[in-house]
Amino acid sequence: MTDNPAATSGRAVPDIVLEIPPFHVRVRSPLPAVHAHLNLFYPLQARPAAGKYVDFDVALLPGRGVRRWWRPQCRFALDGDEPFYPLSAGQAAPMFEWGMNWCVAQRPLGHLVMHAAVLAADDRAIMMPGFPGAGKSTLCAALALFDGWRLLSDELAILDPADGQLIAHPRPISIKNASIDIVGAFPGARLGPVYRDTRKGDVCHVVPPPSAMVDAQRRARVAWVVFPRFDATAEPLCEEISRVEAFTLISEQSFNNERMGQLGFQALCGLLDGARCWEIRYRSTEEALALVRRIQENP
Amino acid sequence: MRAATLNLIQALREPAALAHLPGPAWAPLLQSARRCNLIGALAVRSAEAGLALPPPIARHLKGARQVAERQRLSVRWEVAELQRVLGPLGVPVLLLKGAAYVMHDDGLALGRMFGDIDILVPQPALGDVESTLMQAGWFSAKVDDYDQRYYRQWMHEIPPMTHVKRGTVLDVHHTILPLTSRHAPDPARIIARARPVSTGSVVHVPALEDLMIHSLVHLMHEGELHNGLRDLHDVDEMARRFGSDAGFWGRLVEHAAGNDLAQPVAYGLTLVQRVFGTVVPEPVLPTLHPGPLPAWLWPLYRRALGEPEGAVDALAALTVYIRAHALRMPPRLLSRHLAIKAWRGLMPERESRPVPEI
Repeated sequence: MTDNPAATSGRAVPDIVLEIPPFHVRVRSPLPAVHAHLNLFYPLQARPAAGKYVDFDVALLPGRGVRRWWRPQCRFALDGDEPFYPLSAGQAAPMFEWGMNWCVAQRPLGHLVMHAAVLAADDRAIMMPGFPGAGKSTLCAALALFDGWRLLSDELAILDPADGQLIAHPRPISIKNASIDIVGAFPGARLGPVYRDTRKGDVCHVVPPPSAMVDAQRRARVAWVVFPRFDATAEPLCEEISRVEAFTLISEQSFNNERMGQLGFQALCGLLDGARCWEIRYRSTEEALALVRRIQENP
Repeated sequence: MRAATLNLIQALREPAALAHLPGPAWAPLLQSARRCNLIGALAVRSAEAGLALPPPIARHLKGARQVAERQRLSVRWEVAELQRVLGPLGVPVLLLKGAAYVMHDDGLALGRMFGDIDILVPQPALGDVESTLMQAGWFSAKVDDYDQRYYRQWMHEIPPMTHVKRGTVLDVHHTILPLTSRHAPDPARIIARARPVSTGSVVHVPALEDLMIHSLVHLMHEGELHNGLRDLHDVDEMARRFGSDAGFWGRLVEHAAGNDLAQPVAYGLTLVQRVFGTVVPEPVLPTLHPGPLPAWLWPLYRRALGEPEGAVDALAALTVYIRAHALRMPPRLLSRHLAIKAWRGLMPERESRPVPEI
């Protein structure tokens, strides 16, 4: 990590460019928590600040005036504009992750962006749209850590309408509340600090397996769309659903299908053409993994 | 003006030169283009110049282009809705600015981003138009009593209306400039020269000359120059496209002078000439504005346009704001209005929102 004088502010603040495929992200921040986060979760991605086209110019900054010291805050800036309210300084690292999700979801780059976890076995992808509390991130971490799936993204399914394939966007897996203990107990799982009392409760990040970054240029075509639901009290269930139903459910989880218009509609239809869609319900991670294996092996 | 803004202007003036732009210059260029709401225009200009840009840059421009195309489609949809809702009233509905560009000609202002849809209706029909729109799902966005009175007593439009389902914003004007303004153009003349968007439609677009006049007048009376550069670019594009049509400039001068708008049009054309190097034929400016143009015009706008930076630019922007309001209302009303706005500026409504925690 280098200390370059920031060209625009004139003050010396740490300034790096991360390659987080398919983007280059410039991050400037004087906040040590941000650098600790980047060192832990993006160790392979740091690049020299010059040379590459920067897709997102991001800064994590301390609060203004007294909020630098008194109940300190942090601010998120994209291209010098601050789209969000400040958060407490302790949440600087999750703010970077949330802010990056927002960057990717809102900036028009010709992709259809959906809220879903995506993993791949070879070039066949499983896509798990994210309804809050359904347990997609826990299952995503389990598939990546136990069953050798390659992580494309835990939050953002980025579909390129040009070839109908999903683009990898490898970043830490974000888990919340009760999932933190569950994933923390997975053998080999590496977790970052737990951030308490965010608006969504406790939040923690998980280091993805190295394959996520090593093979990040490899795209994958969706073979399975799975809607997971963790329910400790119900009988396990694995039911194939129609593409029409899946289409409706995914549309609810798309960030930009309104902006993408006809192109997005056609891209999503194309994605589903090659896929089989399932709803699964399970009481434990083991049960979920077994169900996904069954789906994967289903002729 | 920031160096980055100047580079953006240069890129729009001479897109072919982008072929030789060094790699590191692209990020600040696109950043400026986004801030000035001109990224779609940049995409169109570079495509017209036949440039093959590196993929990491091309995708940003392509994405902006797609959003602009989508917005054009939604403007067309809203225009169809206006015809359906307001058609039965039988009064002419004139599109202004962005919506008029879309409906005027298939190629005008491609790549432009839209905020809201501006329409103008004859003043006597305003009450009917407003209540008909309300029945069709348009409601007046949150404004307080002072704002309501400000709009209704003094301004040239009613408070913006938002569609309850689609979220699109409609600005309903009943004249070109505020009622309290120094200049008093007659909107009826502009309506009389307009033509329907399709046979039998109540929705109209202004004649090309009136379209340009309105953009210039709006720019010179607009206190906030947030989109000033984009508005100038609109004028530049119109001049490039229609300036060589027989009689265009003659009609522009005639319509402007005949409607008490010669001075703001002359000022605006001077700015667009300075900024974009737009070709305005020799006799146009002297005919509109006999005598030299004020010396403050260019230095002031040069600082306030684009992305103002630093105290001097901020002062210039404030001067433009006050000057625009001085044109819009008499001194006593002006000082009262600015005092109220300044008081509120101390407690601004936040434009940011909570970070989405996904």
